[in-house]
Amino acid sequence: MAEPLLVVEGLTGGWGEGVVLEDLSLSLREGEAMALLGRNGAGKTTLICALMGVARRRAGAIRLGGTPLERLPVEKRAALGLGWVPQERNVFRSLTVEENLTAVARPGRWDLRAVYGLMPRLEERRANLGSELSGGEQQMLALGRALMLNPRLLLLDEPLEGLAPVIVQSLLAAIRRLVRDEGMTAIIVEQHAHQILPIADRAVILDRGRVAAEGTAHEMLAAPEILDRHLGLNAH
Amino acid sequence: MRVLLHALPWLVAVAGYFLLPEQLPLLSSIAIAALFTVSLDLIVGYAGVVTLGQAAFFGAGAYTAGLLAQNGWGEPISGLLAAAVVAAALGLLTAPLVLRSGALAGLMVTLGLGLMLYEAANKAAAITGGADGLQGAEVWPVLGVFRFDLYGQTAYLYSLSVLFLLFWLAKLIVASPYGLSLRGINGNPRRAPALGVPVKARLTAAYALAAAYAGVAGALLAQTTAFVSLDALSFQRSADGLLMLVLGGLGSLYGALIGAAAFTLAHHALSEASPIFWQLWLGIALMALALFGRGGLMGLLRKLGPRG
Repeated sequence: MAEPLLVVEGLTGGWGEGVVLEDLSLSLREGEAMALLGRNGAGKTTLICALMGVARRRAGAIRLGGTPLERLPVEKRAALGLGWVPQERNVFRSLTVEENLTAVARPGRWDLRAVYGLMPRLEERRANLGSELSGGEQQMLALGRALMLNPRLLLLDEPLEGLAPVIVQSLLAAIRRLVRDEGMTAIIVEQHAHQILPIADRAVILDRGRVAAEGTAHEMLAAPEILDRHLGLNAH
Repeated sequence: MRVLLHALPWLVAVAGYFLLPEQLPLLSSIAIAALFTVSLDLIVGYAGVVTLGQAAFFGAGAYTAGLLAQNGWGEPISGLLAAAVVAAALGLLTAPLVLRSGALAGLMVTLGLGLMLYEAANKAAAITGGADGLQGAEVWPVLGVFRFDLYGQTAYLYSLSVLFLLFWLAKLIVASPYGLSLRGINGNPRRAPALGVPVKARLTAAYALAAAYAGVAGALLAQTTAFVSLDALSFQRSADGLLMLVLGGLGSLYGALIGAAAFTLAHHALSEASPIFWQLWLGIALMALALFGRGGLMGLLRKLGPRG
């Protein structure tokens, strides 16, 4: 059987001298959406950053479609198909929405039209500067911009964090369409399991930099005691 | 309305040809300064790499075209191309030095390279003419038809045409995904790599492109005056270019045109009255712009009129 799209083996790493991830292994098949759960400080964001090559890797292997990533610089990893939407969004503030999208475009299924089709709000705001957007619109733009790279794997780091409920709903709908209808492979970091599990295929729970529990999203939803144990109040 | 605004600077420039036949050399120098300022805008305004040594490329282009014309190849268009290639090569060669270090260190490198090239040209008097300047350049008619005349008619129309073409090329470049990514890098250099933007390669290309533009500007000066002085490489030229850019407004190509025109005209008018007054007014204008006029003259114009 072919190797899964993403394979992480024995990954140890963190920030500077600090070790956050310890001997972490996981894999993700093409078309799968993984919910990456865990308490604050469990290592979720660090894992995403290590995949991108922003956090420091001390040991372990990362392969995307069989290609070793662990020694490549950030821009090569993005070019090879990692579409990262970081927590802080980082839209280009001095560019318009449309310029933000075209600045990084790579040929493929996701072009301006497809992104606007997924998130019509962006089309309404196409001529606005990045600095003129609300938090939710910035998040949509960050997601749209990552899609313009036509990534093989989307890395969403707490996409719903700090957004108004109405925006959360429309963003969640867009993400659901991406992973359910479009078959986009994705890792979605979330603290709130109940929001993301219904649209994910699988879930991995991190605890102190290790995989503490793993299963299908369905199993996780059916086993509230596991969520309670590892996530506490955040499970609900 | 919008089309008219885009056409306005060029209509004014062409009107100048008919209305000010005595002042064509001044108008030529504005066109050349404008092209030099556009080159600075590309690298400083768009890519966000500050340089104090852009005159190095201006001078390299000027000496390339001047030496070609002096040594029997006076065809102007190919002279411009040769100047662009030499300046761009110099840009590619020095880009790693300028871009590798922090902003201040990079700035010092550009300053140092500029000073070195100036001194090199000064010492290589056998080739460059040193402090006496490069003389005896014979430039052939443009396109084999238009001779360079005493009144500067051909010189002005030639410089203006080159400026026009390269200005619109620059417009296309800054609006392309490549140009947008430069502005993205400028606004957020740490984020750009995560979006698959190879920052160093993009900035290197921008540096070389701006160098080529400056080289063409220098070549225009050499060809239209049939003379190259060490001035072409001077620090003053780099500094003046930055002043024009800031005066007009960074990151807007029209700002580069307006800044170069305003600076050159003011310099001409005020320094005829008294050189000291020129420095005084320049100083006051700069401080006023720095304190109140963010976005330069272009910023002021934007406030006055509708967007665009």
